[in-house]
Amino acid sequence: MLNYNRESLAMLIKKPSDIKPSEITPESVYRNRRQFMAEAGTLALGATLAGGFTGAAMAQDGDALKARAPMSLKRSAPAEWWEPKFASIQPAPDSEPFYTGESLTPYEDVTRYNNFYEFGMDKGDPSRNSGQFEVDPWSVEIAGECDRPGTYALEDILKPHDLEERVYRLRCVEAWSMVIPWIGFPLADLLKRFEPNSRARYVEFQTVVDRDSMPGVRSPFSIIDWPYQEGLRIDEAMNPLAFMAVGLYGDYLPPQNGAPIRLVVPWKYGFKSIKSIVRINFVEEQPSTSWNDLQPSEYGFFANVNPNVHHPRWRQDTERRLPHTLFSRPIIDTRMFNGYGEQVAHLYDGMDLARYY
Amino acid sequence: MQKAIKSAIFVACVVPSIYLFYLVWTNNLGPDPGEALAKESGEWTFRFLLATLAVSPTQQITGWRITNRYRRMIGLFCLYYACLHFLVYLMFLLGFRWYTLYEEILERPYITVGFSAFLILVALGVTSPKSMLRKMGKNWKRLHRFIYLAALLAMVHMIWILRSDFGEALIYGLFVVLLLGFRLVYFIRKKSARFFARQSV
Repeated sequence: MLNYNRESLAMLIKKPSDIKPSEITPESVYRNRRQFMAEAGTLALGATLAGGFTGAAMAQDGDALKARAPMSLKRSAPAEWWEPKFASIQPAPDSEPFYTGESLTPYEDVTRYNNFYEFGMDKGDPSRNSGQFEVDPWSVEIAGECDRPGTYALEDILKPHDLEERVYRLRCVEAWSMVIPWIGFPLADLLKRFEPNSRARYVEFQTVVDRDSMPGVRSPFSIIDWPYQEGLRIDEAMNPLAFMAVGLYGDYLPPQNGAPIRLVVPWKYGFKSIKSIVRINFVEEQPSTSWNDLQPSEYGFFANVNPNVHHPRWRQDTERRLPHTLFSRPIIDTRMFNGYGEQVAHLYDGMDLARYY
Repeated sequence: MQKAIKSAIFVACVVPSIYLFYLVWTNNLGPDPGEALAKESGEWTFRFLLATLAVSPTQQITGWRITNRYRRMIGLFCLYYACLHFLVYLMFLLGFRWYTLYEEILERPYITVGFSAFLILVALGVTSPKSMLRKMGKNWKRLHRFIYLAALLAMVHMIWILRSDFGEALIYGLFVVLLLGFRLVYFIRKKSARFFARQSV
């Protein structure tokens, strides 16, 4: 299973000393896809370099994170190599878009109220039923239209990336929402390392299928065609908001939240943020995605949070911010792109969002 | 004795709602209590609908003539849970934004059918007193046959809100099929018995 090639990956990751500061590309550049292709390598290194410095500064000030998991619920590292990764995490800034200023959904709720149908249909099922789920060893297959395909051990996938904290809103298509402090790194930085070519117009992601530890996969009543699949257009994937999370609340991701590595795309409905990823495939055509396949009239490929596009089951112009009690007023207005329009609206210029929902 | 049985059934019918109120009061419904309560109250409504439908088959099978005496009470409890369910939906899922109810009924098929079922239950509840039965005569029975439609609508309402796993719905569906199927078989038998009786004359 672990047929990854350490050597080829090591070649990919140059030492920080190889780069001049002038080579660091500004963010605006990677909005242009073609240009980004040419500069992909440089950028990834730039991010690594910048991350390295702040990471060092952070080591002395490790507790500046916005939030940490309660001591009693802290998880043990899936493997030894995880520990140093989590020892220095760059805290979220105090400003949008990587911080929301809203009160956080408590750790207990973030980790006990989940949609992860591989572990069962009930919101409590994923935390109850995922005890047997193994995240070590883990590898991710990189495939399709890129120059560096292969199967990589997770340790090598994460190696060049410094972890940072980002507080994002998460809006589920079921009309509830949370505010979660994720730990991870930009998706763009990861994808660029594999040097996608000009035919890579979309990125397809796949969740692991493990019948032994996933009761939902064994359920005869489920109509999802496993494995769960999701996808993004390449420019969406390269947007600075798109994030690969490996932790939350300063701690390792619990299985129910998509351990060991998951996508977080905060301007889209939660089902786009695919969990427990084992495969990333660069493709030319729009990939098929699980919910879209199952019910295209309800779940679009884009699935951008949009209060103006109605859904036959749930109101999309309002949401319940969790947690709430029955004595509080949980209903708030849902914002276009979940409030991230400034960062992502340009991706959809000229598109009829009522048609491409 | 009869009074004791009636009281016992009454208490049994109230208990689920007391338990729900207790969960609300102690904030024990998880991070999204509105949704949880909507689901719970909806399921209890459905269970009471099934219980109401089960009364006359039970009587026909067992011959206990007493069961029909409690049918009205069980039916009214079904309406009680339906009202709770509707109220929870209005309060916690629509946040009392009344103008949205109209939109919901028109736009969301599962709300359309659920609301229709609710209206049927209200009509049955309003016409449940003995005085109404006397006043309506034959029409009373005609109207109260709409409970079969309510059961089917409630079933559709339930299936439509599911996202992918049909295990639970299958069990409820089985009961609906069983209870309505029993009546269908009974109806056909009665008809054919009458038919053959006429033939043999």
